[in-house]
Amino acid sequence: MELKTKVYQKENNLHIGRLLKESLQDMFSSRFLARQLAVRDIRAQYRQSYLGIIWAFITPLTTAFVWIFLNNSGTVQLSDTGIPYPVYAFSGTLLWSIITEAINSPISSTNSAKSILSKINFPKEALLVSGIYKLLFNSSIKIGLLIVFVFFYGIGFHWTLLLFPLTIVGAILFGTTIGLFITPIGMLYKDISKVISFGLKFVMYVTPVVYAIPKDGIMKTVMEWNPLTPMILTARDLAVGTTPHYITYYLIILACCIPLFFLGLVFYRISIPVIVERLSS
Amino acid sequence: MTTEAEVLVKVENLSKKFCKDLKTSLWYGIKDLASGVTGNKNERQLRPKEFWAVKDINFELRRGECLGLIGHNGAGKSTLLKILNGLINPDAGKVTIKGKVGALIELGAGFNPILSGRENIYNNGAVLGFAKKEIDSKLQEIIDFAELEEFIDMPVQHYSSGMKVRLGFAVAAQMEPDVLIIDEVLAVGDLGFVLKCFKTIDTILPKTAIVFVSHNMPMVSRICNQIILMDRGVSKFQGADVAGAIDKYYTRFASNESNVIFSDGTISLESVNLVDAKVTEKNIPQVNWGGTFSLHCKFKLNKEIETPIFHISIFDKEQRPVAILESNTKEENIKVKRDSIEFVITHKEVQLSKGVYSINISVSKKDTKEPLLRMNGVLNFQLIHGEETWPPFLLKSTYKNIEA
Repeated sequence: MELKTKVYQKENNLHIGRLLKESLQDMFSSRFLARQLAVRDIRAQYRQSYLGIIWAFITPLTTAFVWIFLNNSGTVQLSDTGIPYPVYAFSGTLLWSIITEAINSPISSTNSAKSILSKINFPKEALLVSGIYKLLFNSSIKIGLLIVFVFFYGIGFHWTLLLFPLTIVGAILFGTTIGLFITPIGMLYKDISKVISFGLKFVMYVTPVVYAIPKDGIMKTVMEWNPLTPMILTARDLAVGTTPHYITYYLIILACCIPLFFLGLVFYRISIPVIVERLSS
Repeated sequence: MTTEAEVLVKVENLSKKFCKDLKTSLWYGIKDLASGVTGNKNERQLRPKEFWAVKDINFELRRGECLGLIGHNGAGKSTLLKILNGLINPDAGKVTIKGKVGALIELGAGFNPILSGRENIYNNGAVLGFAKKEIDSKLQEIIDFAELEEFIDMPVQHYSSGMKVRLGFAVAAQMEPDVLIIDEVLAVGDLGFVLKCFKTIDTILPKTAIVFVSHNMPMVSRICNQIILMDRGVSKFQGADVAGAIDKYYTRFASNESNVIFSDGTISLESVNLVDAKVTEKNIPQVNWGGTFSLHCKFKLNKEIETPIFHISIFDKEQRPVAILESNTKEENIKVKRDSIEFVITHKEVQLSKGVYSINISVSKKDTKEPLLRMNGVLNFQLIHGEETWPPFLLKSTYKNIEA
């Protein structure tokens, strides 16, 4: 039997095509590892807690409650959202939490695997895939919750609800792509993840998460340009059955995300040895 | 065997640099990321605050061979292993590895403390590249090997460190690698388990090329047939002379300083030297194997006492005691003359094996055995013999042919 030969040397012969092919091959060959890592993390996460799964959606729920309270008590005046406000707020915060989780997913998966990264050579793509598995797991709970709300507030079933899970996949792809480019630098400097979580808090207010896009003004321009806007709005529109106004922008973003995602994979693959070198003890 | 076994590992002019300063290191990391993306093909020079952690290492390893990597802490051994394992990229040179690489760098990596031993077998197995089916079929074997049947469903956080290592090794032992990299992992674990590990290594050795890093020289001499002694990233010694390299490794730690461990002030050492011994350039006296070892000692007495008892023992470079010379029972031989004691102690036909030894002296009162003086490393000497042997004694033997 011919043995597989591996060569390690300094030159990174940069063939994006070949690197991408290797990356995808590794992703496929490590599917068991990815699943195992995801199962491990999910199990471990809930085994040491009584509330368990509730923690997956408690943050978006409380954020939504705060806004529902603010709105109902008249503390803040929000423009009409076209659908019952609780559904608007819940769907917004749930979708928002899915996207932010997706952005943080590659870096947190890689970070938590630091100890094995510097000791064992395994397909690192498995970390990304396990991150995506965990996202899908958490998201499915959130989707379920959202659907309960949709029916509870009497919006009822629209056929577009069937497309809703697809938009979640889109949101995960979008978030993971951003995350992939942040990860290598974020692994080196802790500042990056701090800036991200800090910055996202502000970005949330220029995204129609808990209130609709205003009719005019600077806020309208910013919100309409914000690429997160179509991600949230399209998903929400499909869930409640209203017309998705931003579908074109949404599709353009997704179309950009796919090549960028592959490019991100290549970047991630190149950067791992550099990261391991700088972090290894 | 007619043909030579195939070369599985080939390392050519391998070099790797590291940075001494964290902030600078991170900044270089960013730069390396950028240059990695553009495909850096320039020859790499040391940047400020960098040093070569590994420099110009070359070797070839065939199936069935075992290479020992020795050197003091920070000599670059682990860095070299990381490059071999593909965890980090070299800055110069090339590594070519054929076949499946297994690494025992840290056992039980990827264990989650909250999950049970059984669940962690699957995790660890997956990290090492096993498929689910393979682990299913090997599960019982792994549990048996680790001898953890009783605790297999207990969370790993309640395992002792030895138990974790057992479980980790049991999983790793299921790999059938062509190249195996072992880095100082067998240090934990009780003797029985270490022996078991070595038995496993022995069984896979004929099919495998092993790179073995350890500070445990008996282990190195037991399984390695090639050796590299590293110091500050460079290879100081390389070849098949394992015992020679180990000797060199120990001389690095040789100190000519003697130290007083205990003294009650009654007696002190004035001088000690080997009679009729050649002295090397490093000021170490030499004795030939089978020759006579005579030690001339002179002590100064600060108090008037009866002739004390002298215990003179010989330690090897690993500070293992290897021999003790008979004490002075016939007191008429040694007499106190005024305030000093002087004598020569002789041992004929020395049969210690080749190497450097040191001498410890302890003196105690004759009647009460109360200690008066203890000194370590009063003298180092080298034993000369043509042959390298690991055990501390090379005993003179004769063979007689028995005619059938």
